[in-house]
Amino acid sequence: MIPSVPKFPLAHGIDVALDWLTHNFSWLTQALSHAISAVIDAIVAGLLFVPPWLLIIIVAAVGWRVAGRRVGIFTALGLLFLWNLRLWQPTVETFTLVLISTLIAVAIGLPLGIAAALNKRTSRIVMPVLDFMQTMPAFVYLIPAIPFFGLGAVSASVATVIFSTPPTIRLTALGIRQVPGDLIEAADAFGSSRKQKLFKVQLPMAVPTIMAGINQTIMLALSMVVIAAMIGAGGLGGEVWEAIQRLEPGKGFESGIAIVILAMILDRITQRIGRDSKVASAH
Amino acid sequence: MAKIKVEKLTKIFGPHPEQGLRMLDEGKSNADIRETGQAVGIADVSFEVEEGEFLVVMGLSGSGKSTLIRCLNRLNEPTRGHIFIDGDDITRLDRQALLKLRQTKISMVFQHFALFPHRTVVDNAAYGLEVQGLDADERRRRANEALELVGLDGWADSYPGQLSGGMQQRVGLARALAVEPDILLMDEAFSALDPLIRRDMQHEMMQLQQRVKKTIVFITHDLDEALQVGDRIVLMKDGRVVQIGTPEEILNNPANAYVERFVENVDMSRVLTAQSVLQRARVVAFPNDGPRTVLRKMADENYASLLVVNRDYTLVGSISAEVASKAVKDGVEHIESLVEETPSVTPSESLMNVIGILADWRWLLPVVDENNKVLGVVTRAGVLTALAENNDTSDSEAERSDAA
Repeated sequence: MIPSVPKFPLAHGIDVALDWLTHNFSWLTQALSHAISAVIDAIVAGLLFVPPWLLIIIVAAVGWRVAGRRVGIFTALGLLFLWNLRLWQPTVETFTLVLISTLIAVAIGLPLGIAAALNKRTSRIVMPVLDFMQTMPAFVYLIPAIPFFGLGAVSASVATVIFSTPPTIRLTALGIRQVPGDLIEAADAFGSSRKQKLFKVQLPMAVPTIMAGINQTIMLALSMVVIAAMIGAGGLGGEVWEAIQRLEPGKGFESGIAIVILAMILDRITQRIGRDSKVASAH
Repeated sequence: MAKIKVEKLTKIFGPHPEQGLRMLDEGKSNADIRETGQAVGIADVSFEVEEGEFLVVMGLSGSGKSTLIRCLNRLNEPTRGHIFIDGDDITRLDRQALLKLRQTKISMVFQHFALFPHRTVVDNAAYGLEVQGLDADERRRRANEALELVGLDGWADSYPGQLSGGMQQRVGLARALAVEPDILLMDEAFSALDPLIRRDMQHEMMQLQQRVKKTIVFITHDLDEALQVGDRIVLMKDGRVVQIGTPEEILNNPANAYVERFVENVDMSRVLTAQSVLQRARVVAFPNDGPRTVLRKMADENYASLLVVNRDYTLVGSISAEVASKAVKDGVEHIESLVEETPSVTPSESLMNVIGILADWRWLLPVVDENNKVLGVVTRAGVLTALAENNDTSDSEAERSDAA
C-alpha cells in the first residue's frame, strides 16, 4: 500500500559537492595545511625546548598574577603532576592545538559577532548557521576535513574551529546588544561616529561577555581533542585513543585526568580576565 | 533672533508615520491613531528659546517631553516640521553636519546619568572632546576645567561606580559642559536624585547658569522644579503644548483646566512673592508730623500703625497708635524721636519668607525698592487672603472636575 517514494539523494549530493570542492580547491587547502602545520610544529618545538620546570614556573606566575594565589598554586601543582605522569609532550601538543584553534576561532568569531550585533540581516543569516555548527556531531566534520587538509593536527584544528567558534560569535553579539540603551544614546548625543561608538563604548562594555564566550570556545576546543585524535592529532587525545584501542583503562584515565587538569587551569585563568575588567566591577 | 525656534514639530512612531500624519491632520485623537499601530510622540509643537534662556518643558510621563528634547538633537528623527538653531534648519542636516552639531553646539545631560562605567571621571568628562579628535593634553585640561566648574576637582581618576548619585550627575554635567556647547539639553537631569540633593543641584545649576550663560532646555515632570529653575515654562500634554509662559503667568492664569489641576498642588507660599500681595499704603506719616495728626490719619484709614517716610518716600520706620496717643499726653511736638525701627522686604521676596517676618512683626510691613523707597505695604490679612484665594480656586476646580 505504501507507495515507494525514492530516497532523497542527500548523501550523494553532499559527496558530489565535496568531491568537486576537493578536486578544485585541494591545492589551496593543502598549501594552507602545510603552513598551519609548520606553525603548529614550531610552537610545539619551541615550548618543548624550554625546560618543563621553567615553563611551569612561568605559567603558574601568569596564573597567580591574573587570577590570584590559589589559581597560581593549583596551576603549578597540576602541571607538575602532568610532568610526573610523563605526559609533558602530549600536554604541550594539546595546548598548542587548543591555542591555535582558539586564536583562529576568535579571529573569525569576533568580527562575525560584531556584525551580527549591529546588523539584523547578518544576525538572521548567522544564527541558524551557528545552530547547525553546534548540533552537528563534531566528528562528522572530520570526514571531509581529511581530503582537504590531510590526516593530522591541521584537520583536527579545522574541525575544532568549526565546533568551537559559535560561543565567541554568540556572546560577542550578546555583549554588544546588551550595552544599556542610555549609554548608546549618550554616545550618539555627543556626535560619535559608528566606529567611535563601537570602539569607545560598545566593545569595551562588552568585554566581560566576550571573554565568557572565548572561555567557552577554549573549553569546547579542549573537548574536541579526543575526537580529533581519531584523525591523528596526537596529544593527550591521542593517548586516550590509544588506551581505548588497547583496552588499558589505567592509561585511559591517566590521560583523561590530564585533560581535566589542563581544562581547569585554562578555565580558571581565562575566566578571571573577563571578570576583572572595569565594566564587570561596576555592575 | 531666537537661539532655537521649533516650528510645527511632529513626531510619529511606528512603521507608517505618514498614515499617522494624515490622521492627525484629519483631527483624529491620539487613541484613534494608536489603533493603527502608530503612536503620536509630539504633534505640531512650536516655541522659541532665546539665547541664554532657561526654558523648562514640563509634563507628565507620556506627554511627549522626552520625545521633544530628543528631536532637538535628532536622536529622534522628526516626522514633520522644522527646528532652527541660530537660523539654520537642522532637520535638513546630513549625517556629517549632524555629528558636528552634536559634537560642538548641543550637548545633553541624562536622567540616569548614562556615564561610561569603564572610563574614569575625567575620561567621561572628556568623551565629547575625544570624539572631536582633540589631543590628550587638551582633552584632559578642558575636562578638568569642566570638573572644577561642577565642584568635582580631585575626583578625576575615580570611576563613576565609586561616586554617589549627585556626584555622578555632576560628572554628566561636566561631560556636557566640557565641549563648551551653546545649548544644553537636560532630560529629567535631577529626577533620579533624592530630594535634598536635588534641591542643591537646582540651586547650583541656577548659579552655574549665571556664569556660563548657556541656552538651556530642561525637561521635568515636577512643577516645583519647573517653577524653581525656569525662566519660562512650556507645559505639555498628549504631545501638544498646553501653555507657554513665565512661572507667574502659568500660576496666575492657567490656560485651561488641565494646567489648573497641575498648579493646584503647588505650595503657593513658595511661588507667590511680596509683589503679588502688595497693597498701596493709603496713608503715611512724616517725621515732623505731630502726634495728633498721626492719630487722625490712622483713624481715617482704620490703621493701628503708620509707616513713617521722608518726603521722597524713603523709609524711616513706623509708629503705632499706642505710642502716638502717649505722645499726645506727654505733649511731644514731632513724632521723629518716637519712630520704631521697621523690617522691610523687596517685591521679589517669597511669601514664605514674608510670613516668617510677619510672625514677629505686628504692624504694616513695608515693601521697598533698592533705594529704600516705599512701594507699598504687606499686611497679615493680605497674605492670608492671597493664600486662601489660591486654595479656593483649586478646591472649587477640583470639585468641578470631580462632579464631571
